[in-house]
Amino acid sequence: MSRRVIIGVFEREEDLLHATAAARDEGLDIVDVFSPYVVHGLDRAMGLRPSRLPWVCFLLGLLGATGILLFQFWTTSVGWPINVGGKPWNSLPAFIPATFEMMVLLGGVGTVVAFIWSAGLRPWHNRSRPALADLGVTDDRFALAIGETGVAFDHARVRALLSRFRPASIEDRAEEEVA
Amino acid sequence: MRDAVADAAIAGGLPVASLIAGNKSPADVTRDVCRALDAKPSGLWWLGLGLSGSALLLGVVAVSYQMATGIGTWGLNSTVGWAFDITNFVFWIGIGHAGTLISAILFLLRQRWRTSVNRAAEAMTLFAVMCAGLFPLIHMGRPWLAFWMLPYPNTRGSLWINFRSPLIWDFFAISTYFTISAVFWYIGLLPDLATIRDRMRASHETDRNARGTDAHDNTTYDNTAYDNTAYVVSGFSRTRMRIFDWLSLGWNGSYRTWHRYEVVYLLLAALATPLVLSVHSIVSMDFATALVPGWHTTIFPPYFVAGAIFSGMAMVLTLMLVARKTMRIEDYITARHVDAMCRLVILTSGIVGLAYATELFTAFYSGNQYEQSAFVNRVVGPLAWGYWVMVGCNVLVPQLFWFAGVRRSFLMVFIISLFINVGMWFERFIIIVSSLERGFLPSSWASYSPTSIEIATLIGSFGLFFTCFLLFCRFVPVIAMAEIKAVLGKAR
Repeated sequence: MSRRVIIGVFEREEDLLHATAAARDEGLDIVDVFSPYVVHGLDRAMGLRPSRLPWVCFLLGLLGATGILLFQFWTTSVGWPINVGGKPWNSLPAFIPATFEMMVLLGGVGTVVAFIWSAGLRPWHNRSRPALADLGVTDDRFALAIGETGVAFDHARVRALLSRFRPASIEDRAEEEVA
Repeated sequence: MRDAVADAAIAGGLPVASLIAGNKSPADVTRDVCRALDAKPSGLWWLGLGLSGSALLLGVVAVSYQMATGIGTWGLNSTVGWAFDITNFVFWIGIGHAGTLISAILFLLRQRWRTSVNRAAEAMTLFAVMCAGLFPLIHMGRPWLAFWMLPYPNTRGSLWINFRSPLIWDFFAISTYFTISAVFWYIGLLPDLATIRDRMRASHETDRNARGTDAHDNTTYDNTAYDNTAYVVSGFSRTRMRIFDWLSLGWNGSYRTWHRYEVVYLLLAALATPLVLSVHSIVSMDFATALVPGWHTTIFPPYFVAGAIFSGMAMVLTLMLVARKTMRIEDYITARHVDAMCRLVILTSGIVGLAYATELFTAFYSGNQYEQSAFVNRVVGPLAWGYWVMVGCNVLVPQLFWFAGVRRSFLMVFIISLFINVGMWFERFIIIVSSLERGFLPSSWASYSPTSIEIATLIGSFGLFFTCFLLFCRFVPVIAMAEIKAVLGKAR
């Protein structure tokens, strides 16, 4: 059986912020919040943990840098050493530019791939997931989706809570449409 | 008239509210920015596309002829072995740098005014780097062997590339720069692609409903011609919708995604900042690591980076002033944005001027006769006219920006930006050719002048740049809607 969610649609980001904070204080299950742009402070209001993507970036950057540095040592002094103008086999200063560039390349592209993968962004999800586009969340509206979870869930009380923050509308939907 | 609001803001304490003129709501932003994508392109746009397309075609013809015949079609000789081609390469790479400055460095410095120009400036970066990358490729003579620059196991040994060569550093720098710029641009574009997708879907449904009622209402409409056009239009828009469907990756405005998105954006900005500094530093090392007098100086990396940002800012001003008029986005690119960019131009112009003076002083103070004669030759030699064009356009003309009246006159700003574009092209030409033509051995001195093929290739690169930019204005939102909306929120 699919779960239902209550969605409060707001016109102002302050209303959304306050409604989200209030819902969290009430211990309600915040399925997700939708907004046309980044609303600062919403991560705290939702209680989101800091992202681990910086670690991905750091580790991939480190991998890129060490990988190409070792490769440069190997090609210039082991694979096929060639005397170029009497320069030493170990030309560390000359290896720095490529090392730096590979660090940035692997760190940057890797982070973006990790982001797309972890955020569940898939081009083929569009048809099966109509999102909340009809509510205008990619245009100028904000939506707070609260899941109907647990025996203590009181539909009327949640509606009353959302109504306190001047919502443009309050809707009921199946969870598949949201998450 | 609305610029008056921004003018007042310049005089006052620059409140955030003045960033965008006309007291816009987020829905207004969506409508204004998408208007250019919905409407039929103007005659001016077609004229621009025609001109730049012709220039591009000329370049294609010139390069094809050169590849079929060989690079003997250029005016190079054994003394001046590098000239037009590498000048254009350094020029275009430099243009690209302002885009990354705006998108990454100003993001880290929390300059909110960047939101109006960052999308277009990043697009400019991509197209400029594309133009730049073409030149080394053409210069190879056999561009189909370009993959030899990749360190891959091969049947020639394996014979590895020479990692000690600045030209290989360049290959790594340019390809990384292009990739990271493209990825950064696309990530910034994601929320806006979703906005367009949802707008299209909504209007598509309205269309379909409207047609549905027409079909039932036979008495009022029995016009096959009307039905056919409606079908063709919706066929085209359906394809467009499918493309946006895929490109927007199913973005739905979820804050869990936004939360990660912000981290990724910050990380990319933090990576792109040192990257952009490294790219032009490495380009400068193509020269600085050689022993040629006039090239062999330690000032080159900072001098090139400042010059790059200087020339790029001028190109951003040129493009933005045209775009704000033709795309009707005057409310988004206001006097305040132009003023901020003019200030950056005058800062970098000062750095470039200081570098010119430092070069002359260092040559004099070094006591090295080769170094001294290289600079005497630069200032009063056969290419002295080019040197003084460079000094005039890059150091003298931008001083006009000290006057607030000049910064507020868009026509003046536009003209000055064109002067800087010319001056910065000459800077690279003078550095490269005047240093090479008078080397250590007077017996091998020579002069250089470009052939028609080289000039046509340069014109072709401008054609490629402007063709790409015009197509970008037509199919991609020129202004980062999601970022502008976030800045509006602060004002209301």
